Formats: sequence, structure tokens, C-alpha cells
Amino acid sequence: MIQIKNLSKLYQTKHQKIQAVDNVSLNIDHGEIFGVIGYSGAGKSTFVRLINRLEEPTEGSVVMHDQDITKMPANKLRKKRQKIGMIFQHFNLLWSRTVYDNIAFPLEIAGLSKAKRKEKVLELIHLVGLSGKEEAYPSQLSGGQKQRVGIARALANDPEVLLCDEATSALDPETTDDILDLLVSINKRLGLTIILITHEMHVIQKICHRVAVMESGKVVETGDVLDVFVKPQSKTTKRFVQQLNPLEHEKDKLSDFINDRDDSEVIKLHFIGNRARRALISEVAKKFDVEINILQGSIAPTQEGAYGTLFIEINGEKTILQNAIAYMKETGVEAEVVEHA
Amino acid sequence: MLKDFFPNVIPEDLWEATLETLYMTIISVIGTLILGIILGLLLFLTDRGNLWKNSFINFLTATFVNVFRAIPFIILILLLFPFTDFLIGTIRGWEAALPALIIGAGPFYARLVEIGLKEVDKGVIEAAKSMGAKSHTIIFKVLLPESMPALISGLTVTGIALIGYTAIAGVIGAGGLGSLAYLQGFQRRDFDVILACTILIIIIVFIFQFIGGFTIQSDR
Repeated sequence: MIQIKNLSKLYQTKHQKIQAVDNVSLNIDHGEIFGVIGYSGAGKSTFVRLINRLEEPTEGSVVMHDQDITKMPANKLRKKRQKIGMIFQHFNLLWSRTVYDNIAFPLEIAGLSKAKRKEKVLELIHLVGLSGKEEAYPSQLSGGQKQRVGIARALANDPEVLLCDEATSALDPETTDDILDLLVSINKRLGLTIILITHEMHVIQKICHRVAVMESGKVVETGDVLDVFVKPQSKTTKRFVQQLNPLEHEKDKLSDFINDRDDSEVIKLHFIGNRARRALISEVAKKFDVEINILQGSIAPTQEGAYGTLFIEINGEKTILQNAIAYMKETGVEAEVVEHA
Repeated sequence: MLKDFFPNVIPEDLWEATLETLYMTIISVIGTLILGIILGLLLFLTDRGNLWKNSFINFLTATFVNVFRAIPFIILILLLFPFTDFLIGTIRGWEAALPALIIGAGPFYARLVEIGLKEVDKGVIEAAKSMGAKSHTIIFKVLLPESMPALISGLTVTGIALIGYTAIAGVIGAGGLGSLAYLQGFQRRDFDVILACTILIIIIVFIFQFIGGFTIQSDR
């Protein structure tokens, strides 16, 4: 639905050039939640502003429904922007307007009649769960409520795509989850395409279907969220994935169990999607004459299914041990023998 | 009883002078509001990184504002005599004070407007742009309403300065309480007239301050 080709942004000052976005090409499908993750300064905020031309790209194109946004004249672009909703880290609500009037603002811009505005605003207030707060001012709302107003406002003109610029970064973890749930339900109910910028991996894990990892203006990795989680390729991606998997930090504590003996191994298992539900450990224990000692484990849900990590210590005669490990690998679960670091 | 304290005050004259001061103040505040908002918006919008970024117009506006802010008010009145004569047809009476009052206070208010507009969150302007807002929508529905408290408190401060200016203008023939205090009070050595004028000016200032404070509160 959105084809981004060779998109670049070069900031030029007297003393230096900064390549904020460097030759980014992406295809975003209709109805998907596409995440872009990167550390601060990676150029992701600039990238999302290039999509609706809040920043003018120096090169490249953004094609949405066969219309090249980068080539649109100003008046056409303004019309198009009404169909591209955007929410912000700091909400950016109008302080002088009530919740009701904030949500009505984009409808005023679009030139709707007062009666039509009212109908739409009340519908949106209900959708984001703010009934009863119509007459409140933003200063009277909590962070989560402010972002709900932001979301309602962004949805007012029935956009084709919603851009989220660090939409949950100013919120506490619980509120973040509420807002993410709201985004998922909107995505499902309205079939809305969402492009989401964040520096938090758990946001990607919780709601995104696909993800692109950005580093110094470039996309270094892109793919299905589950694949990226299980097999991160680049160094940056690995760091993000580790951030989310508490076990990765605790690897050191396993070192006591790791030894050079042939009759004892520490194994790291990856369970992906439906395989995460399989009772693999008890199968192995029944089939082979080995002792299995579970060291630690974790499971994380994503939009495409769950993925889990499990560390086990397995003891037994050398050949039986090898067979057991081979069996585990055959089932499609990724098994990796952990050696001394 | 008032006759005992203010033996030389003629109530009719005092009333007329008060009305003249009020007229001068109210009309010049309205004029200052319009001139100040226009200049303030120009200063803000043509500045770097803003909607109508244009360093030439910004420089022109800033120069105009700085020059007229630098001229002492009493000299400004004298300087504007030909202009006033052309515009109003006379250089005497309270109407003749208006051009000088507005041109003297407008640039001052313009700077306060500019400061108020700079306080508006850039993110809110960006949000309005992302919704496809036109420039005039951003100006009239975002910038001005969002900076309203600053605009009102700025106008209160400017208005009070204007009341002071009207008294100065009175001395050189614009009428009003300043004129009464100078001609009937100072020149005839009737100190009670000066005192009466002072009290009335203070009351006007207080009323002004109250209206300003009240408007800001009801705006929130």
C-alpha cells in the first residue's frame, strides 16, 4: 500500500552535513502494523515525518495508493494529509480547547458541518473510551487520556494510515499497554495501516507484524517480528532483542552448569509460534534415558504467536545424549548447545 | 464634604476630562491591539524556522518596531504632528493624540505578542500541519487561541502604560485628566485638582487591571 523508495534526508548547516535518513526503501502492506525501531538519533522520527512531508525529503519517493506524495503540490498535499493521521510522543493537543473541540479540530479543517462534526466526534470519543470527558481540558487529563484524545483526533477524517511517533514513550508501562491494546483494536476493527516509531522493543513485540531496525539513518534489518526476534542478524537488532529477553542478561549465572564433560550439556531451546505449546521436555524424558534439569525459561507473546526461550541441563550417557539432542532439533525447535563463553 | 477637600475642583470639568481619558485609552488600546497583533505575527511568522520564513520582511518589521520603541513618547507626539494633522485634520483635542498613542504602544505590544507566540508549543503547530491545516487556520485557530493568556496579560500591561501616555499627551493639548492636572492644577497652583486627577487615573488603572485579570481567568 505504501511504497517508500530511496528516501533520504540531508540536513545541511554551514559547518556540517547530517544524513538523518539514508536511502531507505520499504514496502508497507495494507492493514499491517509496521514498526520502526532504533536508538535516539537513528533518524526514525525524521523518517516518519518524511512520509507526510512535515520534513521535505532530499531524495526518494513515497507512493501511497499510486499517488506520489513527494511530488504533490501544497494544496493537494494538505488534502492528502487529512487521510494520514499522526500521533505524537507529547500528544500535541490544543490546550485552549476541550477534548471535544480538540477532536473536532481536524473536522473543522476538512470543512464538515457542525452537525456532522458532532456525530463524528461523539463516535470517536466512544471509540477511544473517553465518554464523559468531552468538556475536560487537556490539563485536566492523565497522560494516557491525552494520548487517547490524540488517537481520536488522528482518526477523525478516516485516515488510510496512522503514523505513531513514539506514541507511548512518555507513558508509564501500564498505560503504554492500554494504548497499545487500543491501537491493535483499531487496527483490527478499521483495518487501518499503522506505522509506528519506537525505541522500546516490547512495543514492537506486543503489537507489530513486521519491523524495520534503523541505525544512523539506514534500515539495517527488516522482517516479520517473530523472525527478527528469533534470528536477529545485525548487532543493533541483537541488542534490542536482548533488552527484551531477561535470560540473555543472566547467561553468566549458568556458567556453573556448563562443563566439558561428555555426559552433561546445557542447551538453549527456542520455541516459536505453536511449537511453544508442545510438551517437548516430557517427550524427551520419556523417550530417552536422560535426566533433564530446567534452569530457567521465559515466554513472550507477539502478534504472530508466542516465542519462548528455555535453558535446560541434560545428563546421560554420551550417545543417548547426542540422540536426544538430535531428536529435539528434528521437532523443529531450535536447540543450541551452550558452550563456555 | 468633597467641596472641603477639593475646593477648586469643578465636577463638570473633571467628568469631561475623565471621559476624554477613557476615550483615548479605549480607542488607543483597540488600535494598539490590532497594530500589535499584526506586527507581532509578522515578527513571529517571518522568523527563522517558521511558517512564512522571510528574513527581509522580518528585518523590516523588527527595524520598525525597534525604532518606534526607542523614541520617547513626548518626542514621538511632536514628530507625528504633520502625520496627525494629515490624518485627523487637527493637532488639538483627544482625537489628535490617537495616532501617536497607537504608534507608540503598538510596537511595544508587538514584542509582547511575539513572546507569547513563541511560547506556543511547536509540536502543536506541527500537529495542525499534519492534519492538513492552512496557514490562516494555524494562525487563527492555533497560534492566537493558544497564546491568548499571554496576549491578554500583555495587553493589560500595555493598556496601563497607555493611560500614562494619555496624561503626557494631555500636557501638550490632548485634553483628558493629564491636561486638567497640568493646566488647572499645576499652572494655577491648585494642588487639590492634581490630587483629584491622580485618584481618578489610579481608579482607571485598577479597573483595567481587574478586567485583564478577570479575562485571563475566565479564559482558562
